[in-house]
Amino acid sequence: MLQVRFHGRGGQGVVTAAEMLSIAAFEQGRHAQAFPSFGSERTGAPVVAFCRIDDREIRLREPIVAPDVLIVQDATLLHQVDVFQGLRPDGYVLINSRRSFEELGLGDLVRRFRPERLTCVPASEIAKRHIGRPLPNAALLGGFAALSGLIRLDAVVHAIRDKFTGKVAESNVAAATASFDHVAQRMREAADA
Amino acid sequence: MLRQLEGSHAVAEAVALCRPEVICAYPISPQTHIVEGLGELVKSGALAPCEFINVESEFAAMSVAIGASAAGARAYTATASQGLLFMVEAVYNASGLGLPIVMTVANRAIGAPINIWNDHSDSMSQRDCGWLQWFAESNQEAVDLHLQAFRIGEELSMPVMVCMDGFILTHAYEQVDLPSQADVDAFLPPYEPRQVLDPSDPVSIGAMVGPEAFMEVRYLAHAKQTMALERIPQVAEEFAQRFGRRSGGLVRPYRCEDAETIVVALGSVIGTLEDTIDEMREAGVRIGVLGIQSFRPFPLAAVRAALQGARRVVVLEKSFSVGLGGVVSTDVRLALSGLLLHGYTVIAGLGGRAITKASLARTLGEAVADRLPPLTFMDLDWRIVERQLEREAATRRSGPIAENLLRDVGAVASKVR
Repeated sequence: MLQVRFHGRGGQGVVTAAEMLSIAAFEQGRHAQAFPSFGSERTGAPVVAFCRIDDREIRLREPIVAPDVLIVQDATLLHQVDVFQGLRPDGYVLINSRRSFEELGLGDLVRRFRPERLTCVPASEIAKRHIGRPLPNAALLGGFAALSGLIRLDAVVHAIRDKFTGKVAESNVAAATASFDHVAQRMREAADA
Repeated sequence: MLRQLEGSHAVAEAVALCRPEVICAYPISPQTHIVEGLGELVKSGALAPCEFINVESEFAAMSVAIGASAAGARAYTATASQGLLFMVEAVYNASGLGLPIVMTVANRAIGAPINIWNDHSDSMSQRDCGWLQWFAESNQEAVDLHLQAFRIGEELSMPVMVCMDGFILTHAYEQVDLPSQADVDAFLPPYEPRQVLDPSDPVSIGAMVGPEAFMEVRYLAHAKQTMALERIPQVAEEFAQRFGRRSGGLVRPYRCEDAETIVVALGSVIGTLEDTIDEMREAGVRIGVLGIQSFRPFPLAAVRAALQGARRVVVLEKSFSVGLGGVVSTDVRLALSGLLLHGYTVIAGLGGRAITKASLARTLGEAVADRLPPLTFMDLDWRIVERQLEREAATRRSGPIAENLLRDVGAVASKVR
C-alpha cells in the first residue's frame, strides 16, 4: 500500500489534491481512499490530507502516520509543522518551492533520505502562469507523476477533468503538464550530473 | 457503475435513485454535502418529480418530513449531532405515527464541549425512539443501506435511520458501485402507504390515546421491530442476489469461526479492526470481529449465536453512557445472559480521536491476556485528567474544565492571558 500525506494551507486545494490523486489511481484500476484531516477550515491555517493507494480493498481508516510520500504545498510550513514526521526511509518528498532543498535548509534531509526521490517544483509560479492564480495542487500532482512514476500524467489529467470542467480544468491540466515536464527535466539533469 | 466518489456525493445519488418525492433539509456538517447534492439534482430536473424544501431548522425538517409522509410521499432528510437533538420531539412522532421516513445520520459527537468530529453519541441518544437504526461500515454499504431502508421502512411503516460515520465516511473518496435506475426500481416498488391524508377520503392521523390503548400502540411498534428482525436478513439476501454484493443484514462475523476472542463494533472502525485482527491472527491469536449492522432492532439471537462459542467478548464503541459505561455493551450483555464469558468494554474515538491499528492491537492484546479492566478508555490522556482533578481538589474556583484541559495540552484556549 502506498500512503501519501499532503501538507498545505486552507485555500490551497490540499483536500482537492488528495481527492484528485485518488481519482487518478482509480483511473489506473487501483483502489484508493482520500480523506482530509478534519478540523475547522480556515484560510491560511495548516491543513493535512491523505491518500492511500493499493491493489486490494482498503479497509484501514486511521490517519497516515508513516507516509511513503510527502507533498508539501507551502514551504513556509517547514518552520511551523513537523511535516517530515514518520516519513519512511525510502520515501518521496515533493515541495512547492522555487528553491532547492539545500536553500530551504533541508540539506540534512537529502543526506538521510534517497536524494533522487526528493525534489522541489515551483508549483505556485507554474499555476500563476497557467491558471492565473497560485493554486499549486494540480501542478504538484503532475510533478509527483514525474518524480515517482507511481501515477501516470494521463491519469492525473483525467482526475483534473473529473473534478473540474471547462477553462478551469484545461488551465489546471496545462499546469500539471508543465510541472511534469519541469520535474522530468530536473531528474534527467540530476541523472546526467 | 463503479466510480470514485465522496461518500456524501455517493449517498446523494443513491437517495435520488430511490425516487424520493419530498426532501427537506437544514444543513449541518458533515451531512451538508448530501442534501446539497440532492438539491442540485432536484434543481437540474435530474430528480423529478421531487420537491426540495429548505426549512428553518432541524425541527422543521422532521416536521415537514412527517407531513409529506402522512400525505403519502416518499420522504427523506439527513442530519447530524445537535441537529438530531433539535428534532428529537418530531423524531419520536415520526415513529409513533408509523411514517416510513428515511434519514441519514452522519454520526458526530454532541457538545458541550463543542466538537464537530465523529463519534456515535448523536444516534445512540435516539436508541429508544422507535426508528430502525442501521450502521454502515463503508461508503458502499451506506449507499446500499439506503435502498434497503426505503424498502423495509415502507413495508413495515417504520422510519429508518441510516448511520454513517461523519467525516470518516462522508468526506472520504473511495470507490462505490452505484446501481442502475432499472435495478433500483425492480428492488424498490413505489410507496404504498397504509394511511394517507387525502382530502377526497378524509382521515385523521395522530389521535390522542389514553391509558386504554397507549401500551398496545407502543407494543405494536415493538412487534414491528421484531418483524424487521426477520425481514432485514431476507431483504439483505435479496439485495445480494440482485446486486451481487453483501450489504446490510443484522450482523456480520469476520474470522469468528474458531475465535476465542471476539470484538464487537459498529460502523467504519470495523475496517481498521479487520486489518488489526488479520495481523493478530498471523501471530497466532484466535480473534475475530462481529460487526453489528442493525443496532435497532437489536439482533439479540444473532449476537448470542455469533458470540457463544468465544471465551471473551470485547465491545469497542464510539458511544458512552456517562455514569454507566458502554451503550452497545449493555445490549450485548443482554444477548449473552447466562453465558460465562469474560466481557470488556472499550470506549474509543470519542469526539473524533483517531482509532489507530497500533492502539487497537495493544488494547486487544491486553484483553486476550485478560489484563484489560472491565471498562477502558482507549488512549485516554491520564496526565491531563489527573492535573484537572488536582486543580479541583486544590481550589474551589478551578475554572472551566474544557479551557483548562486545552491549556494543559498546549492548544489555543479561549481565555487569553
